[in-house]
Amino acid sequence: MATMVTTRPPITKKGAGPGPGMPEPNGNGSKGDGFRDPQSHGNRYRIGMWVGLASVTMMFTSLSSAYIVRSSSANDWVPLPMPRVLLASTVLLIASSVTLEFARRKLKAALTKEYAKWLVATVVLGLAFLALQLFAWRQLTAQGIYVSSHPHSSFFYLLTGAHAVHLAGGLLGLGFLWLRSGRIANEALQLEKRQASADAVTIYWHFMDALWIYLFLLLFLWR
Amino acid sequence: MSETHEGVHRHPAPTGFIRKYIFSLDHKVIGIQYILLALAAVAVGMVMSLLMRLNLSWPGTSWPILETLFPTGAPGGIMTPEFYLSLVTMHGTIMVFFVLTTAPQGGFGNYFLPIQIGAEDMAFPVLNMMSFWVTFVGFIVILMAIVVEGNQAIGAWFANLGPSFAGGSGTVGPIGGWTGYAPLSALGKIAGPGQGGGMNLWVISIAIFCVGSLLGALNFITTLLNMRTKGMSLMRMPLTCWAWFTTAVLALLSFPVLLGGGILLLLDRIAGTSFFIPGGLYVSGLLSGSNPNFPLHTGGSPILWQHLFWFFGHPEVYIAILPGMGATSHILATFARKPVFGYRAMVFAIFAIGLLGFLVWGHHMFISGMSPYSAVAFSILTLSIGVPSAVKTFNWLGTLWNSRIRFTTAMLFALGFVSLFVAGGITGLVLGQSSLDLAMHDSYFVTAHFHLVMGVASIFGMFAATYFWFPKMFGRLMSEGIGRIHFWITFIGVYAIFVPMHVMGIRGMPRRFSSFAEYDFLRNVDPLVLLVSVAAVLTIAVQLLFYFNFFWSIFKGEKAGDNPWEATTLEWNTTSPPPHDNFAGVLPTVYHGPYEFAVPGAPKDFVMQTDIEAEVPSGNGHNGHH
Amino acid sequence: MGRVLAVIIWIITLLSVALFFSDKWWFVEPISAHAPAYDRQFLITILVVGIAFTAAQVGLGWAVWKFRDTGKPGDRSVYSHGSNRLEVLWTVITAVIFISLAIMGQSVWASLRLHDAPAGSYTVEAVAQQFQWNFHYAGADNKFGRTHPSLIDDGTLNFIGLDPEDPSGRDDSVTAALAIPVNRPVELRLRSKDVIHNFWVPQLRFKQDLVPGMEIKVHFQANKVGKYELACAELCGQLHFKMKSYMLVLPEDELAALQVLPQEQFQARIAELLNKYPLPTN
Repeated sequence: MATMVTTRPPITKKGAGPGPGMPEPNGNGSKGDGFRDPQSHGNRYRIGMWVGLASVTMMFTSLSSAYIVRSSSANDWVPLPMPRVLLASTVLLIASSVTLEFARRKLKAALTKEYAKWLVATVVLGLAFLALQLFAWRQLTAQGIYVSSHPHSSFFYLLTGAHAVHLAGGLLGLGFLWLRSGRIANEALQLEKRQASADAVTIYWHFMDALWIYLFLLLFLWR
Repeated sequence: MSETHEGVHRHPAPTGFIRKYIFSLDHKVIGIQYILLALAAVAVGMVMSLLMRLNLSWPGTSWPILETLFPTGAPGGIMTPEFYLSLVTMHGTIMVFFVLTTAPQGGFGNYFLPIQIGAEDMAFPVLNMMSFWVTFVGFIVILMAIVVEGNQAIGAWFANLGPSFAGGSGTVGPIGGWTGYAPLSALGKIAGPGQGGGMNLWVISIAIFCVGSLLGALNFITTLLNMRTKGMSLMRMPLTCWAWFTTAVLALLSFPVLLGGGILLLLDRIAGTSFFIPGGLYVSGLLSGSNPNFPLHTGGSPILWQHLFWFFGHPEVYIAILPGMGATSHILATFARKPVFGYRAMVFAIFAIGLLGFLVWGHHMFISGMSPYSAVAFSILTLSIGVPSAVKTFNWLGTLWNSRIRFTTAMLFALGFVSLFVAGGITGLVLGQSSLDLAMHDSYFVTAHFHLVMGVASIFGMFAATYFWFPKMFGRLMSEGIGRIHFWITFIGVYAIFVPMHVMGIRGMPRRFSSFAEYDFLRNVDPLVLLVSVAAVLTIAVQLLFYFNFFWSIFKGEKAGDNPWEATTLEWNTTSPPPHDNFAGVLPTVYHGPYEFAVPGAPKDFVMQTDIEAEVPSGNGHNGHH
Repeated sequence: MGRVLAVIIWIITLLSVALFFSDKWWFVEPISAHAPAYDRQFLITILVVGIAFTAAQVGLGWAVWKFRDTGKPGDRSVYSHGSNRLEVLWTVITAVIFISLAIMGQSVWASLRLHDAPAGSYTVEAVAQQFQWNFHYAGADNKFGRTHPSLIDDGTLNFIGLDPEDPSGRDDSVTAALAIPVNRPVELRLRSKDVIHNFWVPQLRFKQDLVPGMEIKVHFQANKVGKYELACAELCGQLHFKMKSYMLVLPEDELAALQVLPQEQFQARIAELLNKYPLPTN
């Protein structure tokens, strides 16, 4: 323990350290303006969204790994026939990502009316997607295939259901954006907040789009 | 300043009682709500452990109050085996989820992370409020399991929700241990008492808890990344913030996996799926598929549940202990009046523990029937996780060396944490070896190990945090006199409870037995069992002092100033308790590292992080004094 | 205060170490071939653990004994933020010790779990069910009869679902006690009818889960004749603590005579043997 008390010449400091340092009025932390700085405020929504999506990813990873383990754990695996309507719903969901991207760009160009229109288009497409998913469920139940029929059907209902719940959350987000789209925003903070929440919802929506394509491929290629 | 002040508030200080204290958006109120929730939950969990010890050491004794409360679970006041096993399950679940995951992170983290990084609040106050109330609902649901299983009438009523919800087993909840291994947990009422509605509520409660924790974790991470004040670089953050941040990352990535597993388990129970239930089962005289009470199951994998559970479950033990480590480092430095020894190494150790924590879940499953080859990898990775843990211990000792210690109650508990963390953690070297786990698995050696390290050490971290931050939270000091009595008896008590348990485990005593009377080879540990029970009764009794001290001091404690401990970090830079926006409109600017004690030449023996006047010698933090 | 704490920490350390190293409470006497290696590895590990535990607690006690705030102005801690040299030193030392332990700890595991049972092992099937053990013996023909879950009927005592149509099953026996030969490798094929159970005979120094839907094979060799208690060590429901049976380790000739008996005589003989052999005294 002697070494820690021996006197040695100070080592020149590189960057901020935990240890001593001359006062640095500006430091090198964040901008540090808390709620005051519009840029930092906007980033909060984007960071929060990516962090949240990390946890969504983990949940679907766990369900996927269960799917893969279960598909090889016994010989009771009966692959479902793919309901054709899912192709149509996939197209609708991709289209909704495109319309939402349009909406986001209109907002950036400060065209709020156009922005609201594209938002409505996205919501309609999203609702249509959910309707088609429900239709696919009805088709399967009409054929006598239920959640407990066999493992592949269990996973089909579970994964499509979990995705639909998450997508419905996205629809709520879109609805929130649409309700706010009519508000007049002049201040930098308000503008930045509106853009950032639109960005966050868009990130989420695109993610749900990609997640659906992944689940679709998993369910009907890995069977 | 008042001009910016107006613009600062995203949510102005509320005035009504409900918005101020119930559905509050203020991270400080939410933090206290979490702490109160944990205090309620830990009382329930402790009473359950008391009942378990009474049953183990005085099995024939009648406890009339038990019969009054649970006429079928404790006929004649003597508890049934299933009653005991439901106590085991509920004690574990309530302690792990609603105590060890709420108080350290949701409680102290919520209150102090924003203040310590110099922010007005969490990044998403509404999410923060939701995360508490979702967790609260989870707690109510787990308490409902007690009445659903314990009360015939309510249990029968719950059957209206579906056959799998029928309760009334005369227990205080489900039977499955906190790990709820399938297929016992998946089969439903047919598998015996405690497998009905209580188990459904158990799964639902945990799923709800997962959601609440995820909302909290998201908030912690965003707040720390986005809202540090001017000058608060990452390496100037208090170690508590690093611990809360890493804990939040662990929670963010592990709770979704448990949530996924919980959904699968619930579907097996209520929808007749076969994720975890294999084919050809014959339970309670019935073959799967031969009877409407026992639908056909095929091909599920019981081990899959264990993988999903422990992928969450192992990080969970670090979720419980990391905040305690952070608080201990913080409090040791403050009362040793000395900078934290090896701050960087401490940060790396926290990271290494967090990362390795995701790679070692298989050590809970050595003898589960998984591939014996994977056990080799899990075993070596598990012993590696001891290295950063040892590094932390060395650095704590390094912090104390050549220091000038002030023995407050908070410091005593922080020192107790170090002692207990070593005592509990080091037996991981035994259990982490797949060879030695062959005999130690599911024995009292395991019970002793995890209670000391993730249970008692974490709780000591929280006691230290409570005595330390109480004056900041309530503006008054807790009684040091009562605090010391609380410390001495608890410290000696927990050693007396848990050290003998190791020896019982070496002898071969298995966990989760309601009685050991059947086994001749365990006769010689009977005196130790009695010793443990007596120590447990005394230690639990002395916790009443803590409850008294806590609530009495809120109203009658000695008034504390803004900085009663002469500490350096930002929470001591504001009033006690802090105003609604933490810093009365002016965010602090940070000029120094978090633990500048005993700076040569400084007028006082501590330099606050905001002290622009102080000159701190330059250096990389690794050279000696001048 | 610091001195009191130091003394208490030291007393706790002393008592803890004394408890571990008193002969009174330790492992039961081992009987399996791998047990000496197990016990050696355990002892080495517990010595490392004990030394590290003692060193850390003595060091902690010493620190709180020696370093305290006197309240005198100017009497301050030594200002230091640490030492990279020390950090590297103790990281490397602990890593070397811990990883060495981990690698040494693989040998018992490898011998039991990474190798199949030796040829000529005596084989018994174990089928656990809630609160009862069933051991299935191949009988005179040394062939296990076919079993199927749909044939299980606890009411007629066909606990494991033996197929009466299968000739190789007619001489099989099923009992609650496990009988195995001494000094000969034994293979257990472990199954479960309902939930997860765990096979635990403390004298053998290993546990193994019995998982429904799986057949798990384990092997070991018992080297001492006698009767030993057998417990379930995985929570399996209400009467988990009562899921008890016995393991009989018999001289080869005694087992050979038992093996050829038809079911009813087999059970009667097992009952006699359970009376004949006492439980171990330690």
